[in-house]
Amino acid sequence: MKKNSSLKFSAGLSKFLFYFGNIIIGIIFVSPLIWMISASLKPEAEIFANMNSIRTFFPSHASLANFAEVYKRMNLVQVFKNTLLYIALILALDLLVNSMCGYALAKFDFKGKNAILNLVVALMVLPMEAIMLPLYIEMSQLNWVNTMTALVVPFVAKCFSIYMFRQFFCDIPDDLIEAAAIDGCSPAGTFFKIVVPISKTVYATVFILDFVAHWNDFMWPFLVMTGENKRTIQLAVQSFFGTQPIHYSAIMAALVISAIPMIVMFIFMQKYYVEGIASSGIKG
Amino acid sequence: MAKAGNLTGRKRNERITAYAFVAPAVILLIGFLVVPMVYTIYFSGFKYQIMRPDNIEFIGLQNYSKLFSDKNFWVALKNTVYFTLIVVPVQCVLALALALLVSKKFRGVAIFRTMYFSPQLTSMVVIAVLWSVLYNANPNTGLINSLLVNLGMKPVNFLTNEHTAMNAIIFMSAWQGAGYQMMIFLAGLQGIPREQYEAASVDGATKFEQFRYITLPGLKGTIKYVIMITMIQAMKLFTQPYIMTQGGPKNATKTLVYYIYTQGFQKGNFGYACSIATIFFVIVVAMSLGMKRITTASE
Repeated sequence: MKKNSSLKFSAGLSKFLFYFGNIIIGIIFVSPLIWMISASLKPEAEIFANMNSIRTFFPSHASLANFAEVYKRMNLVQVFKNTLLYIALILALDLLVNSMCGYALAKFDFKGKNAILNLVVALMVLPMEAIMLPLYIEMSQLNWVNTMTALVVPFVAKCFSIYMFRQFFCDIPDDLIEAAAIDGCSPAGTFFKIVVPISKTVYATVFILDFVAHWNDFMWPFLVMTGENKRTIQLAVQSFFGTQPIHYSAIMAALVISAIPMIVMFIFMQKYYVEGIASSGIKG
Repeated sequence: MAKAGNLTGRKRNERITAYAFVAPAVILLIGFLVVPMVYTIYFSGFKYQIMRPDNIEFIGLQNYSKLFSDKNFWVALKNTVYFTLIVVPVQCVLALALALLVSKKFRGVAIFRTMYFSPQLTSMVVIAVLWSVLYNANPNTGLINSLLVNLGMKPVNFLTNEHTAMNAIIFMSAWQGAGYQMMIFLAGLQGIPREQYEAASVDGATKFEQFRYITLPGLKGTIKYVIMITMIQAMKLFTQPYIMTQGGPKNATKTLVYYIYTQGFQKGNFGYACSIATIFFVIVVAMSLGMKRITTASE
């Protein structure tokens, strides 16, 4: 009887410690972000006022004045227009081009198939940073610098996306494709009318992974989009950080603004995002 | 007979479709990845200054011999390797620990997973700007130093001291990145059959023994994959030092990619920068091939 209650006690204690540990680590992980959000809502004079107390994490008079300042000083409408156009274009092409390639590599027989598959796998580790110099020269010779084309075209084809699509399409039963062919569907028609509609999962997964990647893009836009009204969101945030007058509360507001679309995306597509990250580990 | 003709017609049709399907991706990959890669290596043999495109001269391996005696190159290489050697184990162990904390179902598990993953919801630019403020040397404006002072410690000049700047970037990068690897580990942990743990605990194995003899071997493939992607990512370090320290103080956070950028884009030494890029490329490829070899050898 006594032993039982002490067992219960130690189970309760270990449960308590388990939650306690999780909460402490959780706080360490989110506190910088909470501070960022809190500071973005405070007037400039207040953001460093209560550094010694927990109150630094909670605005006492929350206001959106900093967001208004960012809106005025950062040319926010233009920046969002640039970024959304960039992402819409590159994702539309990314999903189309890479899924077609992945499908051909999964389901068609043709000469050179293995060579292309090997190329795709080999290029997966090639870092953009190793090729950015000639790529930039290529852009300037094509007169693409400071245009959307330079931002979009070089990075439409993506080995990782091709690989994910191929992996998914390999699992589609051949019977289904043969049945479509017997019904008189052309190979291309089979893909667009039969395969694509039943493959929403893989499209959603590649979409969210690449949305995140391109929303966060810094180095390449930084090199080819030098015009002030050409900036994407990350460039705008980076240059706002160094622009006088430096108002830290406004800077924090700019950071929050740039994070909002990601958070919205995460809320709606969490399942696919997490699956995408996870599946890369299993299959890679 | 008619049927056979039909069949070969279909086969031919399929082949044409196949080439049409792979062509856009392959053309883009060759035009914007393979060709620039070849040109990187090619131009590393030339004296080529952006400002003087009429005066391009083949100089063989001279860029490389110059590189060998370039102190800044060795500093950049050393910093990059240091960052990679520290951040990879720190981030991977942290990610595995987090994954183990939230691998079982319990009340609130989704909240904790989201908390650990949350730094991933902001970009590296945002994180770098935010932490530049958090790391501020003055305890009245820097959150971290204010915490240190409250705990009775001395404030640290995180980003302005050459001995702490890179470590500060390492700490921040591990904090930002661990959530991503945690998700990969979580998927890996789900692949280990529960029965193994049940059998082990019936046999009286301690939690640590279960971890040592079931979890770790079960995660072998995942661990190798996570190490590889973290390593490649670490080698590319640029955004954090560019925003937080501009490579300083005293070049303590200059990295290989940073040096490619400085030489190629700021100073216009295009050929020379290409030779740095080639070395960078060789190191990254060697690392991933090495990793792959270890992976296949042990399976």
